[in-house]
Amino acid sequence: MTTEGPLQDFAQAPLPETSGSFESDDTAAEVALSSPDVIADSLGEYAKIWLTRVRNGDSGALPVILGLVVIVIYFQARSSLFLSAGNLVNLAGQAAWIAVLGMAEVFVLLLGEIDLSIGYTAPLGATFTCWLLLPPHPAPWPLAVLVGLAVPAIFSGLQGLIVTRLRLPSFVVTLAGQLLALGLLLEVMDSAAPNGGGTIRLYPGVLADIYSGSVSPVAGWIVMAAAVAGAGSLFLVRDSRRRASNLTAPPLSVTLLKIAAIAVAGVVVVLVGNTNRGVGFTVVRGVPWVVLVVVVVVFVWSVLLGRTRFGRYVYAIGGNAEAARRAGISLTRIRVLAFTLCGLTAGIMGIIYTSYLGSVSTGVQGGQLVLLAVAAAVIGGVSLFGGRGKMLGAVLGGLIVAVIYNGLELLGLGAAPQYIWTAVVLLAAVTVDTLARRRSTTA
Amino acid sequence: MTTPSADDARPANAGRASAPDSGPDQAREPDIIEQGTPDQVAPAQAPTAQAPAAAGSNGDQPLLRLVDVGKSFGPVRVLTRINLDIPIGQVTAVVGDNGAGKSTLIKTISGIYTQDEGQILWEGHQVHLHTPKDATDLGIATVYQDLALADNLDIVANMFLGHEVVKRFQLDEIAMEKTARKTLADLSVVTVRSVRQAVGSLSGGQRQAVAVARAVMREAKLVILDEPTAALGVTQTRVVLDLIKRLKSQNIAVIVISHNLNDVQSVADRIAVLRLGRLVAVGPASQYDAESIVDLMTTGTSKRLAATSAEPSPGSSSDH
Repeated sequence: MTTEGPLQDFAQAPLPETSGSFESDDTAAEVALSSPDVIADSLGEYAKIWLTRVRNGDSGALPVILGLVVIVIYFQARSSLFLSAGNLVNLAGQAAWIAVLGMAEVFVLLLGEIDLSIGYTAPLGATFTCWLLLPPHPAPWPLAVLVGLAVPAIFSGLQGLIVTRLRLPSFVVTLAGQLLALGLLLEVMDSAAPNGGGTIRLYPGVLADIYSGSVSPVAGWIVMAAAVAGAGSLFLVRDSRRRASNLTAPPLSVTLLKIAAIAVAGVVVVLVGNTNRGVGFTVVRGVPWVVLVVVVVVFVWSVLLGRTRFGRYVYAIGGNAEAARRAGISLTRIRVLAFTLCGLTAGIMGIIYTSYLGSVSTGVQGGQLVLLAVAAAVIGGVSLFGGRGKMLGAVLGGLIVAVIYNGLELLGLGAAPQYIWTAVVLLAAVTVDTLARRRSTTA
Repeated sequence: MTTPSADDARPANAGRASAPDSGPDQAREPDIIEQGTPDQVAPAQAPTAQAPAAAGSNGDQPLLRLVDVGKSFGPVRVLTRINLDIPIGQVTAVVGDNGAGKSTLIKTISGIYTQDEGQILWEGHQVHLHTPKDATDLGIATVYQDLALADNLDIVANMFLGHEVVKRFQLDEIAMEKTARKTLADLSVVTVRSVRQAVGSLSGGQRQAVAVARAVMREAKLVILDEPTAALGVTQTRVVLDLIKRLKSQNIAVIVISHNLNDVQSVADRIAVLRLGRLVAVGPASQYDAESIVDLMTTGTSKRLAATSAEPSPGSSSDH
């Protein structure tokens, strides 16, 4: 795309005296919806713009992180065990599957849709995976994983096709899909493990190691250092390219702060992971593989949503489907693809969850899983109305949900307060989401 | 509105029958009501065979030619036998009362609707516009009344929506931002604080500017503006009208839909008047004054006009 269009010569044409005619009288509103990355000149201004955006609900990750810190401090004050290495690794495990399922929902929530089926399609896919890995003739694990991902992906893709083609509400279609997936799960389990009592075991191997295995302490440091260096240079190169092209870039101080935050987070994760969390004489050290899996998934999906055409179209459809259609975007293709990716990500969660439990069971609480996933996404700032939110939000939201569960459990409180507090946090998140939307539409 | 059967029975095909013969010499100075009054002439039987014949004739053919275009929504006939030429380098204003079919007409041209009857000729060749992409691929860019911008995306993303610049599977944000900035600067949109602002945060005038910039940034041959000045103040209106004049001077065909007859008269070279889905008059803007346009819009005829120039359109008015 170039400027070799009709406007090329306009620059030379005499312009009438019209400067200032597109005056915006409301700078606050103008700032409210814009990224401080590109309109701030200094750290101070950056902070000011950012505060305006927080009030409008489009604030990025920091408020969620702050909320997380507050909850963590509370639980640590109540129970000194909370921040122990053993519990934190345990917590990471709990958060991982909620976060991944939350990321699955992000694809469809951004479109203004929802997929309620993935709570059961994920174990359905995992059942196939376990089935394929059954001795005495286990299939190669990559093949088993592929099938485990393909089943929920195709399932959700078909739902997306129905939603788009027949113009049915996704809520109802995927509710039907949830029942169908549960039915299929019972059916498949009958064939896969006829005498298993509705449970199929994940035999030890690569997939079981997602949870039980760890990166060696040294490798953990190396991977972390590489990741931080990679992210940092990505930021700095991007900024310098923008400056070289005479475009505004975020202030260097802000970028360095971001990199520092990532580095600190990485160091903490590796330090905690490398602390011996074994009981008695056994020594267990190293960051669990599942953490790496989540990091890779969130990175790849963030790039897909933020830096590709597909991602741009997902946001566009969520923001104004009619505008997207008039721009020549195939709504059907993007929607079906988004639903498929939702299912695929759910498949990843299915395998992680199976690794966590060591088996798949027909007694899985799929309905509750999917609601936790939606809660994680919404708590992380993904709008239920479509068009707003990020993958990282689902991960942070998943962490918050997991911290609540883990913390209350640690305090010896049962299921009741866990549900109640998750409900309160979810309600608060939805309220913030709705108020922000109302404010931005009236602004 | 007449019944469809009555319409079909009436001999109304002469417009396309005569156009291929008279079109080339008339195109430069389009005659008044050239296509508006074919109703009295004898029907022609083979429009498909004749229409493309005009294609190769010479360079004076219009950029876009509508031949007997009709569109119905269920039992409601919204457009009836529209015959209209859109020449290069001229501003054609389409005027008409609410419900006259203006929006349907431009949505048909821009591929949002597909016509039920008739043909659309682009540079002399018959084209089928089934999707908006078909139209934009030809070089038809449309700025809609409701602007069709995604509020949650920033200015750059909106301007390039559907036509993103991609480098190694990734969006080339730098290239897009530079182009967007240049385009907006060329349009003298100077007060937008950053092209990375979300469009939802812009004022009405700024949104209009983004929508216009979006439409003309690509190498459009035909720019369609639906009520471009409806929501704008005096100065902003002038900016948009100046922009229209510049488009014209770049040999771009422009269609302006407008209620504002002052605007129409200040920019339009040709005026097409729609009434109840029919084209009741087409001709050089100089032949119409505000009163005659209003007459045509409301009654389908104008005595004032009849006195000065060619016949009004008795065919369409007699039905109502």
